[in-house]
Amino acid sequence: MINAPLLSVNNLKTWFFTDEGTVKAVDGASFEVGAGKTVGIVGESGCGKSVTALSILRIVQEPGRIVGGEIQLRRADEAGCVDLAKLDSEGKEIRAIRGGEIALVFQEPMTSFSPHYTIGNQIVETIQLHQDVGKEEARNRTIELLRMVGIPRPERRIDEYPFELSGGLRQRVMIAMALSCNPKILIADEPTTALDVTTQAQILDLLREIQERTGMSVIIITHDMGVIAEMADDVIVMYLGRVVESGPVDEIFHQPKHPYTQALLRSIPSIFAEPRAKLPTIAGSIPHPHNRPVGCPFHPRCVERIAGVCDVHAPQLRPVNELQMASCFLYHEPEEAPPS
Amino acid sequence: MLTYTIRRFLLALLTVWAISVLAFAIIQLPPGDYVTAYIAQLASSGVDVTPEFAENLRQQYGLDSPIWVQYMKWTQQIARGNFGRSLEWQAPVLDIIGDRLWLTMAVSVSAVLFTWGLALPIGIYSAVRQYSIADYIFTFIGFIGLAVPSFLLALILMYLGFRYFGANIGGLFSPEYQLADWSLGKLWDLIKHLPLPAIILGMAGAAQLIRIMRANLLDELRKPYVITARAKGMSEFRLILKYPVRAALNPFVSTLGYLFPFIISGSIIVALVLSLPTIGPLLLRSLVSQDMFLAGTIVLFLGIMTVIGTFISDILLMWIDPRIRFERRE
Repeated sequence: MINAPLLSVNNLKTWFFTDEGTVKAVDGASFEVGAGKTVGIVGESGCGKSVTALSILRIVQEPGRIVGGEIQLRRADEAGCVDLAKLDSEGKEIRAIRGGEIALVFQEPMTSFSPHYTIGNQIVETIQLHQDVGKEEARNRTIELLRMVGIPRPERRIDEYPFELSGGLRQRVMIAMALSCNPKILIADEPTTALDVTTQAQILDLLREIQERTGMSVIIITHDMGVIAEMADDVIVMYLGRVVESGPVDEIFHQPKHPYTQALLRSIPSIFAEPRAKLPTIAGSIPHPHNRPVGCPFHPRCVERIAGVCDVHAPQLRPVNELQMASCFLYHEPEEAPPS
Repeated sequence: MLTYTIRRFLLALLTVWAISVLAFAIIQLPPGDYVTAYIAQLASSGVDVTPEFAENLRQQYGLDSPIWVQYMKWTQQIARGNFGRSLEWQAPVLDIIGDRLWLTMAVSVSAVLFTWGLALPIGIYSAVRQYSIADYIFTFIGFIGLAVPSFLLALILMYLGFRYFGANIGGLFSPEYQLADWSLGKLWDLIKHLPLPAIILGMAGAAQLIRIMRANLLDELRKPYVITARAKGMSEFRLILKYPVRAALNPFVSTLGYLFPFIISGSIIVALVLSLPTIGPLLLRSLVSQDMFLAGTIVLFLGIMTVIGTFISDILLMWIDPRIRFERRE
């Protein structure tokens, strides 16, 4: 199969077993990432975007656990696919993939580096973890990486500590570190949230430029529809741990199917809007994770809910046309009998 | 960094001077003076003392001059290495402290090594495996270690040692070496006697340190940089030692300053119970008998030790935490 996706996540369930009860942070998420493509995962805070990313790398922290589903990663060799969800989370195999084949860029450039070591130390370490190279060689490569992500005078910056760099530079260093082992997939978890707008644009440009050069896949996680529009080929909209809609970026923006996606798009401020007009918002707030609504998780806030259907049955992600999938009863009949 | 070190050093000297004033004030605090006490001693042994004799003595010791002159004389003597004579022991203060100082250091250093050697690994383990059975067991033992007074622990261990192992208990030497000159045999005898006081003295500290290390490390383990390191594919063991543990060490290093006077004085009560020939009981006795110069010298030593300890911990902190280094470069 030539067109097989590089990464395919199937019905992933990552639950947190807290004293107050089980929080189903990710509850049956499915999506695919094609080689060289950029997938944007969008949703409000707490919808499970970040936990999905952590699950792929198998670094979900206690009391979180993957309780179901599979994460198939296609390997370069003939071995075919490996199910990341089945690997020992501290074992050699997943550690070779972490940072090596799948790398992560964090949302918090301020605290994502240890203040006790120079940035050079922390990048060299990553290189030496995955590649059999000497200190000198790793250091030279680190300087090259820093130059590539646009850090001025990298041969001096390499010996600086993270707190000596600005937020934007730090995020560039973070990206350099993620790229250090030529990953096939780069997961960027809110890479620009903590940065000011100008820096945001620079970082996004940098990511795109690197992607063009290396041909890697990118999963970009954000709550910012603008970032999605600028970066993504495919979009996955998440709500309360489930994928409610997925499809190519043009379709999602121009003919969104799911009421949640439509509401999200309506709430983007536009420069063409009438001055002082109130921005449409999504009524209500995200339900407390211990208190998930029965049926479709979005129905209490949905303007198009169908009484007797949406609050009883749980919708499944199904195709609505050739390109898009949505999880909504506006497009499908309930498949199962209502739970008694 | 160099200017900072020099500035700290000068400040330390200033502090030492302030401590010497305080120590001298302590010497002068009890009513009466050396001569009063000396005459009282003579009188009690039946010798009749005339007021002229007392006056002569005062002149001889310079006790009739104003306090600040006396202070100058005292510090001048100290600068020459003369810490005065002990009233009670009728011997130079340094001779009395001499051996005890080294023995105290031996006991205290081994206690500190025991404390750190036990507390750091257990603290790290307890944090990494939070709420595991071993964590609960260590926590339980830790609280018991905190709650049991160390002199009680000393008594119990002494009893057990005597009852079941027939060990000669207390002291730092077997009787045959008690008064012997230093030799390899005596040194070995000392090493054999060290573990018991080290464990007793270190137990409470270890229990406390385990709690501190556990809490510090739990904080650090939740920081994003740990997730970053994990996302690189580092092994858990290396990762924890390299990143969060190093950050969690800061509070340990900054309490080093208080450790130094402890190394000298030790724990007085435990030393009494175990009849250890250390400085602690000596200080207690000199205070009770108003042995001014001895007490003053020990107090001065303890103060200087605190200053040196703080100085060293400041330098070490700069070394392990680059943020402090940079803050202070300005």
